[in-house]
Amino acid sequence: MQIQPILAALRRHRLATLLIAMEIALACAVLCNACFMIANRIAMMHIDSGVDETSLATVQLTGYEDSHAVDLNARVLAGLRSIPGMQSVTVLNSIPFGARRGTAGITLDAAAQHFGGVVEFYVGGPGSLQALGVHVIAGRGPQADDFRAFTGLMPSDASVQITHSLAEHLWPGVDPLGKDFWLDKMHYRVVGVIDHLVRPDPPGWPDNSKDWSIFVPAQPGKLLAGSYLLRADPRDVPRVLRDARAMIAKVAPDAVFDQEGSQTLSDLRATCFRQDRAMAGILVGVIVALLLVTALGIVGLASFWVQQRRRQIGIRRAIGATRGDILRYFQTENFLIVSFGIALGMVLAFALNVMLMKFYELPRLPLYYLPIGALVLWALGQIAVLGPALRAAAVPPVVATRSV
Amino acid sequence: MFGYYLDLAVRSLKRNKVLTALMVIAIAVGIGASMTTLTVMHLLSGDPLPGKSGTLFYPQVDADPTTDFSHKDPVDVMDYHSAVDLWTAHRADRQALIVDSQLKVRAPETSLPPLMEMMLSTTSDFFPMFDVPFQYGSSWQPQDDEKHARVAVISADLNDKLFGGANSVGRTLQLRDTDVRIVGVLKPWRPSPQFYMVAGGRFAHGQTADFYSKPEDVFTPFTSGLEINDGNFWQFTCWHMPDKPGYLVDSPCEWIRLWVELDSADKVAGYRSFVAGYAEQQKALGRITHAENTRLRSLMQWLDYNGVVPSDVRLQTWLAFAFLAICLFNTVGLLLAKFLRRSGEIGVRRALGASRAAVFAQCLVEAGMIGLLGGIGGWLLTLAGLWLVRRQPAVYADMAHLDVSMFLVTFALAIATSLLAGLLPALRACQLAPGLQLKTL
Repeated sequence: MQIQPILAALRRHRLATLLIAMEIALACAVLCNACFMIANRIAMMHIDSGVDETSLATVQLTGYEDSHAVDLNARVLAGLRSIPGMQSVTVLNSIPFGARRGTAGITLDAAAQHFGGVVEFYVGGPGSLQALGVHVIAGRGPQADDFRAFTGLMPSDASVQITHSLAEHLWPGVDPLGKDFWLDKMHYRVVGVIDHLVRPDPPGWPDNSKDWSIFVPAQPGKLLAGSYLLRADPRDVPRVLRDARAMIAKVAPDAVFDQEGSQTLSDLRATCFRQDRAMAGILVGVIVALLLVTALGIVGLASFWVQQRRRQIGIRRAIGATRGDILRYFQTENFLIVSFGIALGMVLAFALNVMLMKFYELPRLPLYYLPIGALVLWALGQIAVLGPALRAAAVPPVVATRSV
Repeated sequence: MFGYYLDLAVRSLKRNKVLTALMVIAIAVGIGASMTTLTVMHLLSGDPLPGKSGTLFYPQVDADPTTDFSHKDPVDVMDYHSAVDLWTAHRADRQALIVDSQLKVRAPETSLPPLMEMMLSTTSDFFPMFDVPFQYGSSWQPQDDEKHARVAVISADLNDKLFGGANSVGRTLQLRDTDVRIVGVLKPWRPSPQFYMVAGGRFAHGQTADFYSKPEDVFTPFTSGLEINDGNFWQFTCWHMPDKPGYLVDSPCEWIRLWVELDSADKVAGYRSFVAGYAEQQKALGRITHAENTRLRSLMQWLDYNGVVPSDVRLQTWLAFAFLAICLFNTVGLLLAKFLRRSGEIGVRRALGASRAAVFAQCLVEAGMIGLLGGIGGWLLTLAGLWLVRRQPAVYADMAHLDVSMFLVTFALAIATSLLAGLLPALRACQLAPGLQLKTL
C-alpha cells in the first residue's frame, strides 16, 4: 500500500484532517484519564478493611440517658446473645464503614511537641477485636486485664494495637512494639500490630492514611455503650440482624434503634462507597458517549470524502485497482489520521493528568494507559470507517466514464 | 434576507438528513451533558441568600492557647467563651449563636414512636437574619433567649411527620425529657448549601456533599438547648481533652458558630476592629495567645474558603466541557464537509452578485439552525440527565431541577456552540473562488 498518494490527498484537506485529529486527540486525553479515574474509584471501593465483613453486623442505639448506659449494655448484650446463631456480641465505639466516634490527633511525646497524625481510635470491650477478625501480625492481642474501666473519652495508660501502616508512618523502619504515644495527656503503649483495620470513613482520607487505626481495649460502661458488633455465620447475618431489631424493641424500649446505622457490614460498605460507584458509572457513561460521538464524526467525514471522490475512485477502479485496494486506501487514510490524533492526544492526556493531580489529588497516570487508549481509538477509527470505505469499494468503474 | 436564508437552511438540512442528524445529535449530547453538570454546579455554587449574603459575616477568634500546632488560620468554629462574649456585646445589627446536637423527640399527644432528630440551638435573630420563612406562628422573642424559655420552632417536615401538617403552634413537643411549646412552624426551607453550618471544608478532601444536607428539624433558644440536651454536645475540635465528654461549656473545645449581620461597609470595618480588640483584650487577660489570628469573612468568602462544591461535582463539570469540546470539533468537521459540498451552488450565488458577507451570513444561519435543533435535543437530554442526578445517592440530589435561567442558558449555549462551530466552515465557504466552481459544474 502506497502512503504517498494518501498523504498528498490529506494535504488537500488539511483543515478537515486537523479537525478529526483534534477530536481524536481530545478523546484520547479524556479516555485515558477517565479510565484511570474509574480504576482508582474501583480500587478504593475494594479497599481491604481487614475485618470479616461478611460475618459482621452492627446495632446502633441512641436516645437513652447516660445514667442508664450500664444497665442498657447488660440488657442488650444478654438479649442479643440469646439470638440463635449469634456467635458473639461485643461493644465497639466505631464501626468500619459505619459510626465514627474516635477520630483524634496523637502526639509522639508527652509535651505534645511532635505531632503524629489524626487517627481513629476503636475503643472496644472484651472480645471485640477477635470478633472483627483482624490479624495480629506482631506482638500480642489484648489480654483480659487490658480491658479497664474509664471515665473520660477512653482509658489512659492502655496497651493498644495499631495498624501496620500507622506504625510505619509513626516510626518508619523501627519496631513499633513498646513505643509510646499520647492523646493530649492520655498515654498509650503499643503492644501489638495488626495488618489492616480501615477507618470508619475511608473516602474522606488521603490514600496513605485510610488505614490509620488504633484498638484501645476498654470495659463497656457509661461512655462505651449503644454501639454493638454482632458476629454470626455469613449465611445467618441478615436474619440475625432482623432478630436483633425485634430483640431490641423487647429488651430496650427506652432506646431508639438507629435504622440507618444498624446494618450488616457489607451494606455499610456499599453505602460508604455509593458516591464513588455513582461517579464511576458517570465516567463510564461519558466514555461511551465520547466514543460514540467520535465514531459518528469519523463516519460523517469519511462518507463525505467518499462521495466527493466517487469519480476518482471510479477512475482508479477503471485502470485496475481492486475493491480491496479502495477499501484499504480509506482504512489506511483513517489509520494515519487517528495515529496523528493519538500522538497529539498522548501529550494532552499527560497535560490533563498533571492538572488533575494538582486539583483533585489524583496520582500520576501510569504509562500503560496510553497504548491501551491508542489501541481503543485505532479500533474505533477502523470500525467507524468500515461502512463508508465499503461503500467506496462498491463504486463501479463505470462511474469514471460518466459526465466526463 | 434572513427569512430567505432560513428557508435555504431548512432545504439544505433536509437534503442530507443523515449528516444533519449526526450534527444535531452531537450538539444535543454535548449540550445535554454540560448543561446537566452546569445545572448541578449552579445549584451547589450559587448564593444561598441572594441579595442578603453580602451583609452576613462569620467572625473567628483563635482561642487555642497551645503553641505546638500551626496557627495559620483560626479553627473553623469558636469556643463557648469567645462566641458568647462576642454575641453578648451585640455590636452587630443582628447576631446568632449556633450549635447543633442530636436528641430524642416525641410528640406526647400522639402515639408515634420517638424520633432521633437534629436540634439547632440558636438565638432569636437567626430567623430574620437568614430570611427563614414561617408557615405558622413566628420565631421566639429575644427575651425568650434570656429566660431560657422552653419553646421551639419546628421544620415543615417534622410538622408533617408529627402533626400531619396541621397548625401545631401551641402544642407540646418532648425534647429528651423536657416539654417545650411549639411557637412556630417553618415553610419548607432548603438553603443550598446549609450555609450556616458550613465548617471544616479544608479538612474534607473535597468530600463536601454533606454541606448540602437539609436544615435541622427542631430549633430551640441557645440557652434552653444547652440545658435540654446537656451532656450531648460534640466538639469540632479540642486543644485539650474535655473533662467530661459531651459537656462543653467552659471546656477547652471549639464547638460554637457565630454569624453576624452588618449592613454597611463602615459597620464591617467597625466590627472587624471590635473582634481584633476583643482578642487583644483576652490576650491581655491571659486567656488566649494568638490574638492577631482573627477573621471576619463574608458569607460567600466563607463558602469559598471551605470549598463547598464537592470535588466530584467540579470534576464532572470539567469532564462535561471536555466532552462538549469534542462535540464541537465534530460539528466543525461535519459543517465543513456540508458547506464545501455545496461549492458549486455557492459559486453560482457569488457569480450572480452575492457578496462574501452574504454567503457567510447564509452559512451561519444554517449553523444556527442546527444549534437550535441541537438545543431542543440538549434540553430534553438535560432533563433526562437531571432525572438521573436526582436518582444519585447524593444529599443534594433532591434539589436538581432546571430553573428558567438555566433553561435559557441551554439554548444560548447550544446556539453559541453551533455558531462557533460554523465560523470556520463559513469562512472557508465564502472564500471559494466563484470562477473555479462554475467551471466544474
